[in-house]
Formats: sequence, structure tokens, C-alpha cells
Amino acid sequence: MTTDTALDAPAPADLSRAAVPAYTASELLAVMSARLLKEGQTVFAGVGIPLLAAILAQKTHAPGLTILFEGGVIGPFVEAGKLPPSTNEQRCTRRANMLVSITEVLLMLQRGYVDVGFMGGAQIDRFGNLNSSFIGDPARPKIRLPGTGGGNDIASLADMIVAMKHEKRRFVEKVDFITSPGFLDGGDTRAQAGLPAGGMFRVVTDLGIMGFDAVTKAMTVLALHPGVTAQAIKANTGFDLPVPADAPVTEPPTELELSILRELDPARLYTA
Amino acid sequence: MTMPLAYSELRQRTKARDRSLRDKVMSLEAAAKLVQDGDHLAVGGCTASRTPFAMIWALVRAQKRDLTVSRSIMSTEGDIFYAAGLSRHLITSWFSQGIVWGVSKVMRDYTESGRARFEEWSHMAMGLRYRAGAMGVPFLPMRSMLGSDVLGRVSGNGAGPADPAFAAAKTMECPFTGETLLLVPALNPDVAIIHVQRCDAYGNAQLDGLTFMDIDIAMAANRVILTTERVVSNEQIRRQPDQTKIGFFTVDAVVEVPFGCAPHECYGLYEPFYSHMDMYAQMTARDPEAGAQDYLERFYHEPKDWADYLSRIGMAELIDAQRRGSAIHDD
Repeated sequence: MTTDTALDAPAPADLSRAAVPAYTASELLAVMSARLLKEGQTVFAGVGIPLLAAILAQKTHAPGLTILFEGGVIGPFVEAGKLPPSTNEQRCTRRANMLVSITEVLLMLQRGYVDVGFMGGAQIDRFGNLNSSFIGDPARPKIRLPGTGGGNDIASLADMIVAMKHEKRRFVEKVDFITSPGFLDGGDTRAQAGLPAGGMFRVVTDLGIMGFDAVTKAMTVLALHPGVTAQAIKANTGFDLPVPADAPVTEPPTELELSILRELDPARLYTA
Repeated sequence: MTMPLAYSELRQRTKARDRSLRDKVMSLEAAAKLVQDGDHLAVGGCTASRTPFAMIWALVRAQKRDLTVSRSIMSTEGDIFYAAGLSRHLITSWFSQGIVWGVSKVMRDYTESGRARFEEWSHMAMGLRYRAGAMGVPFLPMRSMLGSDVLGRVSGNGAGPADPAFAAAKTMECPFTGETLLLVPALNPDVAIIHVQRCDAYGNAQLDGLTFMDIDIAMAANRVILTTERVVSNEQIRRQPDQTKIGFFTVDAVVEVPFGCAPHECYGLYEPFYSHMDMYAQMTARDPEAGAQDYLERFYHEPKDWADYLSRIGMAELIDAQRRGSAIHDD
């Protein structure tokens, strides 16, 4: 279970969109992340945006996507309007292929049966390290967050997609605490620490899609969302984030994608 | 500190128990006597699922103290352990009411002020720590937590000093491959409390749906208290022995408590009592300590029995939770 709720109070972002968007930032996140998932993949999904995005992918281009939930669920189809409050309640089990223990489903990561790990995050740094444990000094924290849950296991053992809001206080030079490892200090430090498999693949935000340099393992922009300038994305990032001059612009969410999301989450638990 | 027991001690404790096929049905109050102040208590279920709330309720009313409490993921019962004074040291991988309610204000209040400990391990580490305990070995190797500050806090080589009250994990070079592996220490709880859908008077328990870490926890613990929605005959258990997940030989007490997870869920029978959980979140939002104490008074201390507790949550809530929970796999 992963969380990003502690930092969800609205913060001013200097975006310069041409028109008022017909979708929320969370809906944009869910749509853009869903498009990264491929038919036939097995994805270990956290609750919230990752869950929504995985279901959206199932209902559009990837009907054979296998979702794994930390509670011990393999291959469910969650019902519209009945989103679970965590990945560990019976709502998560609907039409699943198999139920196992928590330890068993997490061991599938270690054994290598998971293609993509997919979660949110409260704070991320240049090398994709995630913090969901402490804001401020861990010895005297300003905020004690809920912690890793399976986040550390997923990030240690699978190729990762992270979906989160793009704000300067979330995109920091160095996270206060590494809850879930990205590329640690960059280069080959992740492998040296005993993590030879997995690692950050994509970070999806409401401003763009980021990847990581093959050698330095530093975050770099791969694409910008419609109406987002290089200047805007840099202004909302707490470290030097390279934006290629020819960065492509993503296709905006379609009516179909948005209508599926709104049907899934009519109470706007996760997409407000 | 919950370091592995010496193997001789573990075996001795098991040998000393009455593991015979005998009637173990008793009241919540009698079962509470099996928990001693200072014990390590393991809690079955996960987040808002199969939380043994009736047993926790009885432990609060029995005024237990100085417990170290472990669980795969903690939800509102973690708040209760802190606020009722049962424990100042929780061991888990994630702790908050649930993502839709935000970060627990009671957890924040106790941990940020330094009044209580929240010892954080990865979820797989919690699972393998219980499994090591269940296997009778002092540790298991694994491949996560490495390189992170979650490891630093339980081994002293990451951000912030490791808390000496926390168990230590250690890295090792694999003797076969030379790779770096993490060794996590076994958990052998003094007592485990687990809620099940049905079991017999001996403690043969049949679990429906998600089993979480409960099978390992029952095997790892030195005493097990089962609460159950209903006690069935041993004959009924023997008709479907493949459904028995927890064996009588691990169990010391059986307590029949309908709706024993309220306001959390029990697979196939009832979903979480969402309105009540919203109410709890509101009660603890502004002044977490005062709100939690008020909640404890109204729902833990004042009710004359478990049925009175359920009545205070409300019949409409109970019917709604049961309607949703029993319909989960309907077309």
C-alpha cells in the first residue's frame, strides 16, 4: 500500500494552460499512466491512481492485463463504483483468478513474475527515490506518513511506473527519507546495494512524462502534456530537470477514457 | 526488542502447552487473561480486513499495558492501541486508517511527539519475519529493503540513527552466489489474535477469501486466540478438511463473536462500516487525543457487552455492511 494523501492540500502551481481543462489533474494522471500499460502484462498496482489506471487499461487497450494486489489477489476485475479503500479488502477480489497470502503475492515480485510495479508517491528525487515515510528529519519529523507497505518491495524488485502530482515540494533534490529505492545515488549504485533487478521506468505527472538517463540514471523529460511548456515543468521541479527541445506533446485524454474513469469512480474518491 | 527467541526456548514453550484436542471455547474476558502485560501481540488480518476488533476491545477493557504489537498493515486498531495505552510500540509496514481518509491524525500525534514508536518494515519483510517464526528458523533472506532508509532505521546505517528498541536486520554475502542479501529476524509473538469465519471448539479454523499472513502468524505464535463468527461442529470441519487453514494444535482459545471485526470487514459476510469509519475520522481530525478518548469512552468503556457495542454503532450500519459484504461476488 502506498500513499500520497499527506501532501494533497492544494498548492499554487504556475501552470500556463491555454484553456481550462475538461479534466482534473488526477484524471490526466490516470489516463497517461494507463496508456503506458501493455496488453498481456502483469502489473502490481497500489490503490488510488495506479488502481484506476490499471482498470482503465483493462477496459480500453489491455483487456488481458493481469492486476496484482498486495492483499493477495491475482487478476481481478474491480467493479465500477465499488473501488476498494485499500488493496486489502474483499472488493479487490472480484472475478480474480487466484487468491494467495500477502507474503506469496509479494514473493512473486522477487521471483520475477511481475512486469510493472505501479504506485503513487509523496516525494521523489532526481534519481527516482520515493519517500512515503517522513517529511522533515526522521528523528523529529514534521509529518509522519504511513510508510512503505509493499512500496519498498515493489520498487526494489520491479520496473516502476510512478504517478504523482508535479509540484516543487514533491520533486526535490534529495528526498528526506528513501522509503522505496529508485536509482539511489545514480549510476550503478542501485545494483551495488544489492538490487540488480527492476528500477524506475517512468514517472507520470500532470505536467509530463519522465524517464531516466541510461547511464547517469537522472530523471529527464520524455514528453509534455498539452499546453505545458518546458519553463512550466522546470519551475515546478526542485532540481535541474532536462527538457529536450524536441520533446513531443502527449495526446489529451479522450472522451471515452474520461467517461470510463468517471463511471469507475463516481464518488470521485481518487479523481477529485 | 523482538529479536528471535533461542531455539531451545521456542521448543520449550511449545512443549509446555496443552496441545490436545480439547474444547477451548471461552468468553472474551477469559481469553483476555491469556495476554500478559509486556507481551508481543500479533494481530491477524490486514488494514480494514478481518481485524479481530472484539478481542482488541476486550484487551482495552482489561487494561493491558506495555504490549509490543505487530501486524502486516495497521489501520484504526493501531490508533486504539496507542490511545488506550495498551502499546507504545507498533511494528508494521503501513499505518493509517486507509488512503481515502488521509493520514491518521492519532498516529501522527503519538509518533511526531515522540510518545510512541512506529517500527517500520517493508510488507514482504513483515511476511518473511512471521514465516521465519512459523518455520522455526531465526531469520530468512530476502532481496528488498536494501539501499533504503527503511533498512537504515532498523540497522543503523541509513538516514537518522536506528532506534535501539527496533529489531535489527543484517546484510550478508550469499555463501553460494556472493550476492548481497538481507536477513530479517524471525517474529515469534507471545500471543496472536486472529478472527475467522468459522472454527470448531478445538480451534480448527476455516478461512474464506484473503488469508493475509494469518497462517504463518498462527504457526509462529506461542499462544493463539481465535475469535470466530460462529463455532461449528468438528464433524462439519472434517467434511472439508482442505478448507482448514489454522490447525487446532496452535490454538489456545476460541471465542464466538458475531460481527467480531466491526467496524472493519470480514470476507463474504460484511464490508467495512464506512459511515462509522467516516465518523471516527471526523472525531479524531481536530484534536486527535481528545477525539480518540471520547471514542474509547463511548464505544469501548461504556457498552455493557459486545452486542451493546454493535448497537451503538447502529442497526442501519450493520445491515448495510452485511448487505454489501454478502453481495460482493453477485452478478
